[in-house]
Amino acid sequence: MPSYDTSDIRKGLKVMMDGAPYAVVEFQFIKPGKGAAFTRTKFKNLLSGAVIERNIRSGEKLEPANVETKQMQYLYKEGDSFVFMDTSTYDQVQIPSETIGEDALFMPEQIVVEVLFFNERAVGVTLPNFIEQKILETEPGFRGDTATGVTKPAKISTGATIAVPLFINAGDTIKIDTRSGEYLERVGRA
Amino acid sequence: MNPASRKAGIEARAEVRRAVRSWFEGQGFLEVETPARVPSPGQEVHLEAIPAGGERYLITSPEYHMKRLVAAGLPRIVQICRCWRAGERGSHHEPEFTMIEWYRAGAGLDEIACDCEALIEVAARAVGHWPVVDVPAGRAREGKPEKLAVEAPFERLTVREALSRFAGIGLRGDESVDELCGSAARAGCKLGTAVTWDDVFFQIFLDRVEPCLGRGRPTFVFDWPLPLAALARRKPDDPLTVERFELYAGGLELANAFGELCDPDEQRARFVVEAELRRQRGRAVYPIDEKLLAALADMPPTCGVAMGFDRLVMLVTGAESIREVMAFADDEA
Repeated sequence: MPSYDTSDIRKGLKVMMDGAPYAVVEFQFIKPGKGAAFTRTKFKNLLSGAVIERNIRSGEKLEPANVETKQMQYLYKEGDSFVFMDTSTYDQVQIPSETIGEDALFMPEQIVVEVLFFNERAVGVTLPNFIEQKILETEPGFRGDTATGVTKPAKISTGATIAVPLFINAGDTIKIDTRSGEYLERVGRA
Repeated sequence: MNPASRKAGIEARAEVRRAVRSWFEGQGFLEVETPARVPSPGQEVHLEAIPAGGERYLITSPEYHMKRLVAAGLPRIVQICRCWRAGERGSHHEPEFTMIEWYRAGAGLDEIACDCEALIEVAARAVGHWPVVDVPAGRAREGKPEKLAVEAPFERLTVREALSRFAGIGLRGDESVDELCGSAARAGCKLGTAVTWDDVFFQIFLDRVEPCLGRGRPTFVFDWPLPLAALARRKPDDPLTVERFELYAGGLELANAFGELCDPDEQRARFVVEAELRRQRGRAVYPIDEKLLAALADMPPTCGVAMGFDRLVMLVTGAESIREVMAFADDEA
């Protein structure tokens, strides 16, 4: 792949630095008085999520990262891996559970996620920001009890335990923010 | 972008312009106008002029012609004019922008620094933001809006003090590129393929120093190392540094000032070196300005400064992008 220079920098550009793939998050043209032009760039490490800032002088080369994302549907768990299917080619891949990490708690079967491939190997998944899930079990709710701030634990099909308000019952469907693991609202009743 | 949404910025710009003009008049400055299309737009290695037809270029700064006026016997002059620099575009850059440039014959750099303090005061008062201006998130150190106190005196540092304080590097000004690279690496800077003294210096400066300048209050950085002399004269008591300051405020680089080099021979030598660097880097090489060199022989000791007018308006209005203080940016023209 041909290399990039600073004029190619734009949001989402994926480059290799110090052996890891990064994506450009933000960039700004800067030029110190009497000096060369630089691009002050924030990069996100696609493996660790860490964000770093680099000042890249115009004329410097950047190496493209061999990464791509695919929309894939989570089918089922098999031993210590998760099996996904490419929704356009129907190809299946297995991703070890340590790659998925805590995201597995909010990844119900059939959900479509974005899978990141680095050098043709799946290295991570990005869940949709919100999922809707039925409550499997929780203590019975009290009609009319809408006291704010008081919660109880409730279990969903993935095995995750969510803090929900007291009026929620088993069988209700709730909306969850997958980034924080927090209850947002009730979207269906038992 | 609809110019109506820029109404506040356009109005503030007019207020600041009026206040700046009136301040210079009160100080006894003569407002001058010099050509926008010139045969020699300046040899600075990192500036690219825009061709204007007939072997002329649009000015990147009005410096050369204003110096000729000082040499011709006009000791205190100011100009607020358009300048053009090809390829410079960003939230603090536009290829066509406005500069305030002024000269004081017989004055020292410190008088110019006091002018800058006074000018920022009149600009801030003109838009009703005195003595504290807003620094928006995009220009702030930690990505959250900050405040900047713009009352004089501003902080005054030397380049050596700034490098020592913020990067832990002891700079002399005569170290080799290899030595400077070593210091940069120890300070944790990523140098890429930089091989020239100024590229290594600016990598350190941008990575470690510049983000810390002009926070809380504006900062003057004095005494630049000789390899970054540009058109400044050497300090008599410290030949490794030149009489130059840069002014930083709230994430903006606002002004650059020189104790002007008046020695035609040294100036010619620097032009020749810069022309050669331009040639090596494949940039356009402009003719040496013989009329300027001839005039330098008659120029009294003088200090001069260029301040970005658009950035001054950004500073006092708390704008994040230069577009907010322009009626039309280059790509909206």
